[in-house]
Parts: sequence; C-alpha cells; structure tokens
Amino acid sequence: MITAWDRVTLAREIERPKALDYIENIFDDFMELHGDRNFGDDKSIIGGIAYLDAMPVTIIGEQKGKNARENIERNFGMPNPEGYRKALRLMKQAEKFGRPIITFIDTPGAYPGIGAEERGQGEAIARNMLEMSQLKVPIICIVIGEGSSGGALAIAVGDRIIMLENAVYSILSPEGFASILYKDASKAKEAAENMKITAKDLKNLNIIDKIIKEPESGAQNDFSAVIAELKQYIITSINDLEKLSKEELIENRYQKFRMMGK
Amino acid sequence: MVIDKIKKVNKQEKIVKNEKASDRMIGKWVKCDNCKEILYKEEVHNNLSVCPICGKHFRLSARRRIKQIADEGTFQEIGSEILTKDPLHFEGYLKKVEALKEKTKIEEAVKCGICKINGEDAILAVMDGNFMMGSMGSAVGERITLAIETSIEKRLPLIIFCVSGGARMQEGIVSLMQMAKTSAALAKHNEAGLLYISVLTDPTTGGVTASFASLGDIILAEPDSLIGFAGPRVIEQTIRQQLPEGFEKSEFLLEHGFIDKIVERKDMKNVLYQLIKLHKN
Repeated sequence: MITAWDRVTLAREIERPKALDYIENIFDDFMELHGDRNFGDDKSIIGGIAYLDAMPVTIIGEQKGKNARENIERNFGMPNPEGYRKALRLMKQAEKFGRPIITFIDTPGAYPGIGAEERGQGEAIARNMLEMSQLKVPIICIVIGEGSSGGALAIAVGDRIIMLENAVYSILSPEGFASILYKDASKAKEAAENMKITAKDLKNLNIIDKIIKEPESGAQNDFSAVIAELKQYIITSINDLEKLSKEELIENRYQKFRMMGK
Repeated sequence: MVIDKIKKVNKQEKIVKNEKASDRMIGKWVKCDNCKEILYKEEVHNNLSVCPICGKHFRLSARRRIKQIADEGTFQEIGSEILTKDPLHFEGYLKKVEALKEKTKIEEAVKCGICKINGEDAILAVMDGNFMMGSMGSAVGERITLAIETSIEKRLPLIIFCVSGGARMQEGIVSLMQMAKTSAALAKHNEAGLLYISVLTDPTTGGVTASFASLGDIILAEPDSLIGFAGPRVIEQTIRQQLPEGFEKSEFLLEHGFIDKIVERKDMKNVLYQLIKLHKN
C-alpha cells in the first residue's frame, strides 16, 4: 500500500512533471508574460496566455526546477510577494478579456525571507484569495505536486479543485507540522499519516472535486494518459461553468469555500 | 534579589495562582518583560494592561479587550454556538480543547458580537491568544465569517482585533481553507461598500496575517507588536542570517507601507470611533 509519506516523496521527486510540462502538453502556443508591474518578475511563478484547443485561456503555475541549477533559478518553487502579484495581475487581465483561468499548484510554501516580509507576503496571499473569489471567469485549480500552506492557496481559490493522485495538499509540510506539534521534525512520516494530505483524504473532506489517476510510480511514467484525463476534465469543467451567469459562477464559488469547516 | 524576595513573600501568602507564568506574574506583582521593572499588578490592570514605566502593551484576553472597546453593557455575542470541530479526527485534539476550556473558561479563539462604540453601532470580533495561541480552526473561521456576513446584512462597520499564531494545526487542510473562506466573505463585504478596520496586536502571524488581518480598508496596530507571515524563527532557520533589529514589529510594517497607523491602547476606542464617524453616510 502507498502511504501518505510515499506520496509526499513522489510529489517532491525531481523527475516529476512540473507546471511547464503540463502547459506544453495540454495547451498550444503558450506565451509567457512577465512581471508584477511593481517590483519584479518572480521566476517561481509563471503566467501567460495559450490556447486550450481553440479557446484562449490564462495559465498560472508555480514552477519548480528539474535540476539543481533550475531549482536555484526558480527558488525551489517558493514564491515571493511579487510572484503572487504577477499572478493576480494576469488573472485580472484574464477577467477583462473573458478568458478562463487554469492554475497549477506545486510549492513547498511561500518563501520565508526578509524581503518577502518587507514586501508584504501576507498581504499578497490574502489579496489574491479575496480577488479570486470575485473573478467573473471560470477558475480551474490543479495541485500537481506539493500544495503547501498559504503559498499554495494563494492561487487555488477556484470553481474546480483537482488533485493528481500522488499530489499532496496540506496546511504546511509534514516536517514543519512535526516540528510544531511533536517538537521533532524527524517525525515527519508519522505527521504525514495523521495530517490527511492525500488526494483521497481531501476528496473525503470535500475540499477537492476530482482526482486524476496516475501510475503508482508517478505521473512521469505514463504522462500521456495523465494529460489526456486532465485535459478532458478541464474542458468539461470550463464548458459546464460557462453555462452559468457571472453571478451564479461567483456565488457558487463563494458557497464552495463557505461550506468548508461549517 | 528583589524578585526572589517577592516570590518568597507571595508563596507564604499562597497567592501564586499561575505557576507557569511565575516569572512575569508573581502574585500581586508583575515583571515587565521589556523594561524589567517590577510593577504592582493592579496598577498595570488599571492602566489597560500597559506598563506604566515603558509603555509595553501586554497581551489581553478577548473579554478584557471587549470591555475596553465596547460601551458598557452593549456587547451582544453572536456565533457562540459555533464550537471546535475535529474534522481530521486528530488524536488528543478535543481532549486538549476540553481541558483548555475548563482552565481558561474561554470557548474558542475568537469572540464576536454586535456592540456600540461611543454610541455608534459596530460588529466587533476579538481574537483571544489565551486559547491555543489564537490559532484559526474551523470554529474561528466560521465565527469570523458569520461576523462579516452579519456586518453585511445589518450594513454596519466591522472591526476585527487580531492575535494569532496562525492556522490550527490539528485541523489541517480544513484550517487552511478558513483563510479562503474569510477572505471571500471580506470580498463580499468590500463589494457592499462597507468599512472594515483590522487591528493587529501582538502577535499576528501565519494564516491570519495572510487572510483577514491584511485586508482592512484601514489597518491599525498596537505598538511593538510582532506581525508577519513567517515568524522570525522560521526565517532565521531558512536564510541562516541574523534578522535586523525591530524586524516584523509594528513600526517595521508602518515603514514598509503595510499598516496605516500605530495606535496606543489608551487611544484605540477613540480612534475607532473617529473612523466609524468619518465613514458614516
């Protein structure tokens, strides 16, 4: 049996497909757009426009590296405030032009640094959630690897929340959880089992809508099948959501999160 | 040493009530953890729990905070029926909560209600650091959301006093989702054109900073409060550097443009009143 900790390991594998792999394989003609128009361009979050078949869409993704050099460039997928603000700028742009939004979540968490605090990491995350809850276009959020803490949730307020079968989504890393609750980071394995972080757990808790199957050894080992199922689900979801009025879309999204923990 | 002498005297009088806090709270005496002065407890209490020597703002329970802000006898609690839930069936969690409730006589980490402030109606939510570090679980998220929705329904200004260590670990992902829920409720509040004043007190960190605490139309803070997303210890461990003096304190946030104003406790009620009045149609 695959344990929660096994999934944590799979979710973090360097060979595991990253946001850009999904973007390249699901969409056509992706054009990356840069910068938050305020401070800089955070390479741990990518964003841009592409075609989903014939439909223009906006894509946001937390991007980890696939080797040490890339990981340093991408800050291991840990965004700074300007990353979240770039994402927000592009999502508002999507709303203006009526494009659905698809986000890919894969982060160990928002970056805990001096500059991040100076530039308002908390405010950036909070603002994204507030704004996303009111955007007048469909939003599809997909946790493809690690979805850790507010750093994940900052681009994960949407109409459909999807998880890959071996992805994890949690309040923080099992190591962080263990060091807070058990005062011992080495108890991460034990923590992972108790935290309810697997796709199945989150489906049972009614936090997510859909689990995309992947091979036990990880999505990279049958990527085309993973892509096919995911693409189909994205298309069906957007078609369903586009039948709703803007008011219904926003109210349904509100109620979705309103019910969590009620 | 003076403090030992006091300890001895207090022990003889058997008035040491809280042993854990014995270094700061010794019977009738309190030691200020900032200026190290030994203070008469009643004097501190009568001074709104602010050190009369150095001005250090000590932490307040929700009950005392409400007493300081709401006009006497006007606070009517809402959402008190919403209690702690255990969505993950986390071992030992509810037991811990029960023991804490018994000890502190506090039901959850936030108390919300409708009240008057110098005669002006307002919705007031006050977090309580004495209950699991003011952490936000589903009950806190629900109570805050209900307070926001009541504020929309009654078209009243909303004030939230924040104090929090962040998310409630034992409620895992459900706790995390309270950030999205409260932020979405504030988006509706914002659409309705209503005033929301967020007041940050020591400490405001983690998931609360990254949700409703940072979304006020006006954000106030008490002096010298620790406010941030990641706490200083986590940042120090990550970057392996010493942090600059005053990092993540109210004054630091003011300088970096993330709060509107630092307000001393003695002025808080009046500042809130002035702001409510300024936004009255």
